[in-house]
Amino acid sequence: MNTKYMNPYLAGFFLGLVLLATIFVTGRGLGASGAVKSIVVSSVHAIAPTHAEESHFYSAYFGSGKESPLKSWLVFEVIGVLIGAFVSGLVSDRLKFVTEAGPRVQPKLRLIFAFIGGALFGIGAQFARGCTSGAALSGMAVLSTAGFVTMMAIFGTGYAVAYFARKLWL
Amino acid sequence: MAPFVPDIISDQLNLVVALFIGMGFGFVLEQAGFSSSRKLAGVFYGYDFTVLRVFFTAAITAMSGTLLLGALGWLDLEAIYINPTWLWPAVIGGAIMGVGFVVGGYCPGTSICAMAIGKLDAAIFVGGGLAGVFLFGEFYPLYQQFYDSSAMGAIKVFDSLGISSGLFALILIVVAVGAFAITTLIERKSNPSAPSFGFKRLPHRVAGIGVIVVALILLVLPDRKARLVSMASEPAYMALHPVKVMSADELAFMIMDQEPNLQIIDIRSAGSYTELALPGARNIQLNELFNKEWGGLFSLRHVKRVLVADTESEETSACLIVQKLGYENCAILQGGFSVFKNSILDPTPFVPTGSRWDGDVREFRETARIEINKMILDGKNTTPKETRTEKKIKGGC
Repeated sequence: MNTKYMNPYLAGFFLGLVLLATIFVTGRGLGASGAVKSIVVSSVHAIAPTHAEESHFYSAYFGSGKESPLKSWLVFEVIGVLIGAFVSGLVSDRLKFVTEAGPRVQPKLRLIFAFIGGALFGIGAQFARGCTSGAALSGMAVLSTAGFVTMMAIFGTGYAVAYFARKLWL
Repeated sequence: MAPFVPDIISDQLNLVVALFIGMGFGFVLEQAGFSSSRKLAGVFYGYDFTVLRVFFTAAITAMSGTLLLGALGWLDLEAIYINPTWLWPAVIGGAIMGVGFVVGGYCPGTSICAMAIGKLDAAIFVGGGLAGVFLFGEFYPLYQQFYDSSAMGAIKVFDSLGISSGLFALILIVVAVGAFAITTLIERKSNPSAPSFGFKRLPHRVAGIGVIVVALILLVLPDRKARLVSMASEPAYMALHPVKVMSADELAFMIMDQEPNLQIIDIRSAGSYTELALPGARNIQLNELFNKEWGGLFSLRHVKRVLVADTESEETSACLIVQKLGYENCAILQGGFSVFKNSILDPTPFVPTGSRWDGDVREFRETARIEINKMILDGKNTTPKETRTEKKIKGGC
């Protein structure tokens, strides 16, 4: 890697400060997967409204007096993430259209696995009520049991299956 | 007191806050290198432990800050969102995400960062995420029961382990520093161009020591509430800080006079309060006095605040706490609730004191007995007990 990344401890410290500021000002933590859910819920409702209103999963978001799922804290936060990351990439000269993959895997195969990985995260984050940012990191900051359980499950399983996916990265 | 949502910052403004927070979040993540799947995956193979360093450092920074601000009384720890635990869904969901992390090389937050700088694999990952949520939603009835199972509420990890928050914080910080040291060794062994070769030794050692110092402070940090309650209950402290006393007659007069600035705070148990309470009295238990929701009520000026409990001692402790929290105009009811009851509401026969005002006092108390009991009865029949709608902060993913 010939690009200059910030010292990870320093970056972690700043990330911790961002999270602390979030908790201090708003009383809640950060998140990401919730915005993905909001987009899916809104899209399904836009395309097939009756199906959305009849489903146990989607119906909680609709009904009298309910705002659009897109008018949610996480959706606005994620828009901010896109902007912030773009600016960082811009100032550090890291903007580039590229498919990143391990040295021994074909880009096409990499993309297939990226999709599968994303889908697994989408599913897993529903059960765990959050992902690494929302459930694990923010949960650990407020010392919730869920935060630590989720964190250990994610990384524990990751280490357990890493061997089988080594061709993707090594 | 923080958090500022929802009282000072409206739900709408909160969305703007979210936008700016997101920008900070995205900027820092990308600066750390979380926009690279190869870098992220490195934590699972030992060639790049950036994820562990950033994640653990962020967690202990935010945790330490939260505990410190809570102990200072600047952040109401009771008001912040604690993500609730559904034990088995968290384990299974986490496991599924773990596989997704290793196979996909991202998590949702980092995939958004990477997508922002042009990574195609990240964009596909996000697409996969949308598909995954959709799939989950379509087959939801199959596992809805499991999804709702093992709900344990918003439990805290140190409670689950049976230790104090300070001790847990210390253990976590020590584990983190240990993990940093060990993984740096592993990383350097397995990767000749490991990022840790670029770490300058001295600043890192100093930071490590600094963090342990913070951990030790957190260990001995007393819970602010418990500290204030025990101090206010100490006889020596109470003797040193006398509080204003309001006689039962004085209070009865103000009640009958419908004194608008009268604020009766009844700290007895909910049961005693429902059984018999003074007209217009608010039931706030001792440990609830600290809650953010009473800030507005207590900070009203020109109030005549009186604390009511079974004993003067309890009233005094509560009064001292309210004063310690920074509010003025506090008095206690002479003799406690029982004296008020025995002289006004359900009086024992009047004992003349020999003063020239005996007759007036007796007459006054007779009037008070009738009027105040009527007010209590009216209160019970008409207004339903104002249910305190706790404005809980919504959070989660």
